[in-house]
Amino acid sequence: MSVYSIFFYLIAALMILSTALAVTRKNMVHAVLFLVISFLASALLFFLLGAPLLGILEVVIYAGAIMVLFLFVVMMIRIRATEGSGFLLWHYLGAGGLSALYVAACLLLVRHSGPGTGAPMPAAVAAPADFGLYLFERHWLGIEIVSLLLLVALIGVLHLGLSPAGQRSGKGGPY
Amino acid sequence: MIVPYTHVILLASLLFLTGMICTVLRRNLIMLLLGLEIMLNAAAVAFVGAGLHLQQIEGQAAALFILAVAAAEVAVGLALIVCIYRQTGTLDPECIESDVCELE
Repeated sequence: MSVYSIFFYLIAALMILSTALAVTRKNMVHAVLFLVISFLASALLFFLLGAPLLGILEVVIYAGAIMVLFLFVVMMIRIRATEGSGFLLWHYLGAGGLSALYVAACLLLVRHSGPGTGAPMPAAVAAPADFGLYLFERHWLGIEIVSLLLLVALIGVLHLGLSPAGQRSGKGGPY
Repeated sequence: MIVPYTHVILLASLLFLTGMICTVLRRNLIMLLLGLEIMLNAAAVAFVGAGLHLQQIEGQAAALFILAVAAAEVAVGLALIVCIYRQTGTLDPECIESDVCELE
Protein backbone atom coordinates (compact mmCIF):
# COMPACT_ATOMS: atom_id res chain seq x y z
CA MET A 1 0.00 0.00 0.00
CA SER A 2 1.59 3.18 -1.17
CA VAL A 3 1.31 6.57 0.44
CA TYR A 4 -1.16 7.58 -2.28
CA SER A 5 -3.64 4.89 -1.35
CA ILE A 6 -3.40 5.83 2.33
CA PHE A 7 -4.24 9.39 1.33
CA PHE A 8 -7.12 8.15 -0.79
CA TYR A 9 -8.73 6.17 2.02
CA LEU A 10 -8.27 9.03 4.48
CA ILE A 11 -9.89 11.49 2.08
CA ALA A 12 -12.70 9.05 1.27
CA ALA A 13 -13.47 8.54 4.96
CA LEU A 14 -13.46 12.30 5.53
CA MET A 15 -15.79 12.87 2.57
CA ILE A 16 -18.33 10.25 3.55
CA LEU A 17 -18.28 11.25 7.22
CA SER A 18 -18.73 14.96 6.60
CA THR A 19 -21.42 14.39 3.97
CA ALA A 20 -23.34 12.06 6.28
CA LEU A 21 -23.07 14.63 9.08
CA ALA A 22 -24.24 17.35 6.71
CA VAL A 23 -27.40 15.60 5.58
CA THR A 24 -28.48 14.76 9.12
CA ARG A 25 -28.08 18.20 10.73
CA LYS A 26 -31.21 20.05 11.80
CA ASN A 27 -29.43 23.39 11.71
CA MET A 28 -28.87 24.35 8.09
CA VAL A 29 -25.81 26.51 8.80
CA HIS A 30 -24.06 23.49 10.29
CA ALA A 31 -25.11 21.39 7.30
CA VAL A 32 -23.62 23.90 4.87
CA LEU A 33 -20.38 24.12 6.85
CA PHE A 34 -20.01 20.33 6.93
CA LEU A 35 -20.63 20.26 3.21
CA VAL A 36 -17.81 22.79 2.71
CA ILE A 37 -15.48 20.29 4.41
CA SER A 38 -16.78 17.57 2.11
CA PHE A 39 -16.13 19.66 -1.01
CA LEU A 40 -12.64 20.61 0.16
CA ALA A 41 -11.95 16.90 0.63
CA SER A 42 -13.19 16.17 -2.88
CA ALA A 43 -10.87 18.90 -4.18
CA LEU A 44 -8.02 17.00 -2.49
CA LEU A 45 -9.31 13.85 -4.18
CA PHE A 46 -9.19 15.56 -7.56
CA PHE A 47 -5.57 16.54 -6.91
CA LEU A 48 -4.82 12.93 -6.00
CA LEU A 49 -6.52 11.60 -9.13
CA GLY A 50 -4.46 13.84 -11.38
CA ALA A 51 -6.76 16.79 -12.02
CA PRO A 52 -5.15 19.82 -10.35
CA LEU A 53 -7.14 22.40 -12.33
CA LEU A 54 -10.41 20.74 -11.37
CA GLY A 55 -9.27 20.64 -7.74
CA ILE A 56 -8.65 24.38 -7.76
CA LEU A 57 -11.97 25.04 -9.49
CA GLU A 58 -13.73 22.85 -6.94
CA VAL A 59 -12.36 24.98 -4.13
CA VAL A 60 -13.19 28.23 -5.90
CA ILE A 61 -16.62 27.37 -7.29
CA TYR A 62 -18.09 24.66 -5.08
CA ALA A 63 -16.61 25.36 -1.66
CA GLY A 64 -16.26 29.06 -2.31
CA ALA A 65 -19.09 30.40 -4.42
CA ILE A 66 -21.92 27.87 -4.21
CA MET A 67 -21.67 27.20 -0.49
CA VAL A 68 -21.41 30.91 0.30
CA LEU A 69 -24.56 31.42 -1.78
CA PHE A 70 -26.27 28.75 0.33
CA LEU A 71 -25.07 30.46 3.50
CA PHE A 72 -26.45 33.80 2.30
CA VAL A 73 -29.86 32.30 1.62
CA VAL A 74 -29.91 30.38 4.91
CA MET A 75 -29.07 33.57 6.79
CA MET A 76 -31.66 35.54 4.80
CA ILE A 77 -34.51 33.12 5.41
CA ARG A 78 -35.56 32.72 9.00
CA ILE A 79 -37.16 29.37 9.64
CA ARG A 80 -39.68 29.70 12.42
CA ALA A 81 -40.89 26.19 13.00
CA THR A 82 -38.52 23.28 13.11
CA GLU A 83 -38.65 20.90 10.23
CA GLY A 84 -41.24 18.22 10.81
CA SER A 85 -40.73 14.68 9.68
CA GLY A 86 -44.26 13.79 8.76
CA PHE A 87 -43.54 10.78 6.62
CA LEU A 88 -45.51 7.64 6.93
CA LEU A 89 -43.85 4.35 7.67
CA TRP A 90 -44.30 3.01 4.17
CA HIS A 91 -42.54 6.07 2.78
CA TYR A 92 -39.48 5.13 4.82
CA LEU A 93 -39.86 1.51 3.78
CA GLY A 94 -40.03 2.49 0.13
CA ALA A 95 -36.99 4.75 0.40
CA GLY A 96 -35.04 2.08 2.29
CA GLY A 97 -35.98 -0.58 -0.22
CA LEU A 98 -34.91 1.60 -3.14
CA SER A 99 -31.63 2.43 -1.39
CA ALA A 100 -30.95 -1.26 -0.76
CA LEU A 101 -31.66 -2.00 -4.43
CA TYR A 102 -29.29 0.79 -5.43
CA VAL A 103 -26.50 -0.49 -3.18
CA ALA A 104 -26.98 -4.03 -4.48
CA ALA A 105 -26.79 -2.81 -8.09
CA CYS A 106 -23.60 -0.86 -7.29
CA LEU A 107 -21.93 -3.85 -5.64
CA LEU A 108 -22.92 -6.07 -8.57
CA LEU A 109 -21.51 -3.56 -11.05
CA VAL A 110 -18.28 -3.24 -9.11
CA ARG A 111 -17.95 -7.00 -8.91
CA HIS A 112 -18.42 -7.49 -12.65
CA SER A 113 -16.78 -4.34 -13.90
CA GLY A 114 -14.51 -5.88 -16.50
CA PRO A 115 -10.84 -6.81 -16.54
CA GLY A 116 -8.21 -4.54 -15.10
CA THR A 117 -10.52 -2.62 -12.82
CA GLY A 118 -9.34 -4.39 -9.68
CA ALA A 119 -5.70 -3.50 -10.19
CA PRO A 120 -4.38 -0.24 -8.74
CA MET A 121 -4.45 2.59 -11.25
CA PRO A 122 -1.21 4.20 -12.33
CA ALA A 123 -0.77 7.76 -11.20
CA ALA A 124 -0.99 10.41 -13.90
CA VAL A 125 -1.38 14.16 -13.88
CA ALA A 126 -3.00 16.35 -16.51
CA ALA A 127 -1.15 19.64 -16.31
CA PRO A 128 -3.52 22.63 -16.14
CA ALA A 129 -2.10 24.11 -19.34
CA ASP A 130 -2.59 20.86 -21.27
CA PHE A 131 -6.09 20.47 -19.91
CA GLY A 132 -7.04 24.00 -20.89
CA LEU A 133 -5.62 23.57 -24.38
CA TYR A 134 -7.50 20.29 -24.81
CA LEU A 135 -10.70 21.91 -23.60
CA PHE A 136 -10.53 24.78 -26.04
CA GLU A 137 -9.43 22.59 -28.95
CA ARG A 138 -11.99 19.83 -28.60
CA HIS A 139 -14.81 21.30 -26.56
CA TRP A 140 -14.96 24.94 -27.57
CA LEU A 141 -18.60 24.65 -28.54
CA GLY A 142 -19.47 23.09 -25.20
CA ILE A 143 -17.66 25.88 -23.40
CA GLU A 144 -19.64 28.46 -25.33
CA ILE A 145 -22.92 26.68 -24.61
CA VAL A 146 -22.10 26.46 -20.90
CA SER A 147 -21.22 30.15 -20.77
CA LEU A 148 -24.51 30.93 -22.49
CA LEU A 149 -26.27 28.73 -19.91
CA LEU A 150 -24.66 30.71 -17.10
CA LEU A 151 -25.75 33.96 -18.74
CA VAL A 152 -29.32 32.71 -19.09
CA ALA A 153 -29.26 31.60 -15.44
CA LEU A 154 -28.05 35.05 -14.44
CA ILE A 155 -30.87 36.75 -16.33
CA GLY A 156 -33.41 34.32 -14.90
CA VAL A 157 -32.21 34.91 -11.35
CA LEU A 158 -32.38 38.65 -11.88
CA HIS A 159 -35.93 38.31 -13.15
CA LEU A 160 -36.98 36.09 -10.25
CA GLY A 161 -35.29 38.31 -7.71
CA LEU A 162 -37.20 41.44 -8.61
CA SER A 163 -40.31 41.56 -6.49
CA PRO A 164 -43.56 41.54 -8.48
CA ALA A 165 -45.44 44.78 -9.03
CA GLY A 166 -48.13 44.05 -6.47
CA GLN A 167 -45.65 43.52 -3.64
CA ARG A 168 -43.49 46.58 -4.11
CA SER A 169 -42.94 48.33 -0.84
CA GLY A 170 -43.83 51.81 -2.06
CA LYS A 171 -41.52 54.58 -1.03
CA GLY A 172 -38.36 53.59 0.74
CA GLY A 173 -38.22 50.29 -1.12
CA PRO A 174 -35.13 49.41 -3.08
CA TYR A 175 -36.90 49.56 -6.45
CA MET B 1 0.10 3.45 -7.96
CA ILE B 2 -3.11 4.64 -6.42
CA VAL B 3 -6.16 2.56 -5.51
CA PRO B 4 -8.22 0.30 -7.77
CA TYR B 5 -10.81 1.90 -9.99
CA THR B 6 -13.64 0.08 -8.25
CA HIS B 7 -12.88 1.82 -4.94
CA VAL B 8 -13.26 5.23 -6.57
CA ILE B 9 -16.58 4.15 -8.07
CA LEU B 10 -17.72 2.80 -4.70
CA LEU B 11 -16.86 6.11 -3.05
CA ALA B 12 -18.78 8.01 -5.73
CA SER B 13 -21.81 5.76 -5.40
CA LEU B 14 -21.83 6.11 -1.61
CA LEU B 15 -21.74 9.89 -1.96
CA PHE B 16 -24.55 9.71 -4.50
CA LEU B 17 -26.59 7.56 -2.13
CA THR B 18 -26.09 10.10 0.66
CA GLY B 19 -27.28 12.88 -1.60
CA MET B 20 -30.26 10.82 -2.71
CA ILE B 21 -31.27 10.12 0.88
CA CYS B 22 -30.94 13.81 1.67
CA THR B 23 -33.11 14.74 -1.30
CA VAL B 24 -35.79 12.17 -0.52
CA LEU B 25 -36.04 12.36 3.25
CA ARG B 26 -35.55 16.00 4.17
CA ARG B 27 -38.60 18.24 4.17
CA ASN B 28 -36.81 21.48 3.51
CA LEU B 29 -36.23 23.00 0.09
CA ILE B 30 -32.71 24.19 0.86
CA MET B 31 -31.64 20.74 2.11
CA LEU B 32 -33.18 19.26 -1.03
CA LEU B 33 -30.96 21.48 -3.16
CA LEU B 34 -27.94 20.53 -1.03
CA GLY B 35 -28.70 16.88 -1.78
CA LEU B 36 -28.71 17.66 -5.50
CA GLU B 37 -25.30 19.32 -5.11
CA ILE B 38 -23.93 16.24 -3.35
CA MET B 39 -25.19 14.02 -6.18
CA LEU B 40 -23.61 16.24 -8.85
CA ASN B 41 -20.33 16.23 -6.95
CA ALA B 42 -20.44 12.42 -6.76
CA ALA B 43 -20.89 12.29 -10.54
CA ALA B 44 -17.87 14.56 -10.97
CA VAL B 45 -15.77 12.28 -8.74
CA ALA B 46 -16.84 9.26 -10.81
CA PHE B 47 -15.93 11.06 -14.04
CA VAL B 48 -12.46 12.02 -12.82
CA GLY B 49 -11.82 8.49 -11.56
CA ALA B 50 -12.91 7.00 -14.87
CA GLY B 51 -10.70 9.48 -16.71
CA LEU B 52 -7.70 8.31 -14.72
CA HIS B 53 -8.59 4.66 -15.22
CA LEU B 54 -8.88 4.99 -19.00
CA GLN B 55 -5.96 7.46 -19.20
CA GLN B 56 -8.24 9.89 -21.01
CA ILE B 57 -8.52 13.59 -20.27
CA GLU B 58 -12.15 13.50 -21.43
CA GLY B 59 -13.42 12.64 -17.96
CA GLN B 60 -12.00 15.83 -16.53
CA ALA B 61 -13.71 17.85 -19.26
CA ALA B 62 -17.05 16.27 -18.33
CA ALA B 63 -16.41 17.08 -14.67
CA LEU B 64 -15.75 20.70 -15.59
CA PHE B 65 -19.10 20.90 -17.38
CA ILE B 66 -20.78 19.35 -14.34
CA LEU B 67 -19.25 22.12 -12.23
CA ALA B 68 -20.65 24.83 -14.50
CA VAL B 69 -24.10 23.24 -14.67
CA ALA B 70 -24.14 22.89 -10.87
CA ALA B 71 -23.36 26.58 -10.49
CA ALA B 72 -26.19 27.60 -12.83
CA GLU B 73 -28.62 25.15 -11.24
CA VAL B 74 -27.95 26.28 -7.70
CA ALA B 75 -28.29 29.96 -8.61
CA VAL B 76 -31.69 29.45 -10.24
CA GLY B 77 -32.81 27.03 -7.53
CA LEU B 78 -31.97 29.38 -4.70
CA ALA B 79 -33.69 32.29 -6.45
CA LEU B 80 -36.80 30.12 -6.82
CA ILE B 81 -36.61 29.17 -3.15
CA VAL B 82 -36.40 32.79 -2.08
CA CYS B 83 -39.37 33.55 -4.35
CA ILE B 84 -41.40 30.69 -2.86
CA TYR B 85 -40.52 31.79 0.64
CA ARG B 86 -41.65 35.33 -0.10
CA GLN B 87 -45.00 34.16 -1.40
CA THR B 88 -45.83 31.35 1.01
CA GLY B 89 -43.66 31.96 4.05
CA THR B 90 -42.56 28.37 4.29
CA LEU B 91 -39.82 26.11 3.02
CA ASP B 92 -41.63 22.83 3.54
CA PRO B 93 -42.43 21.35 0.13
CA GLU B 94 -45.60 19.79 1.47
CA CYS B 95 -46.99 23.07 2.80
CA ILE B 96 -46.62 25.14 -0.34
CA GLU B 97 -49.89 24.18 -1.97
CA SER B 98 -51.95 23.11 1.01
CA ASP B 99 -53.13 25.04 4.03
CA VAL B 100 -52.38 22.25 6.46
CA CYS B 101 -49.26 23.82 7.85
CA GLU B 102 -50.75 27.26 8.33
CA LEU B 103 -52.21 26.16 11.63
CA GLU B 104 -48.86 25.52 13.25
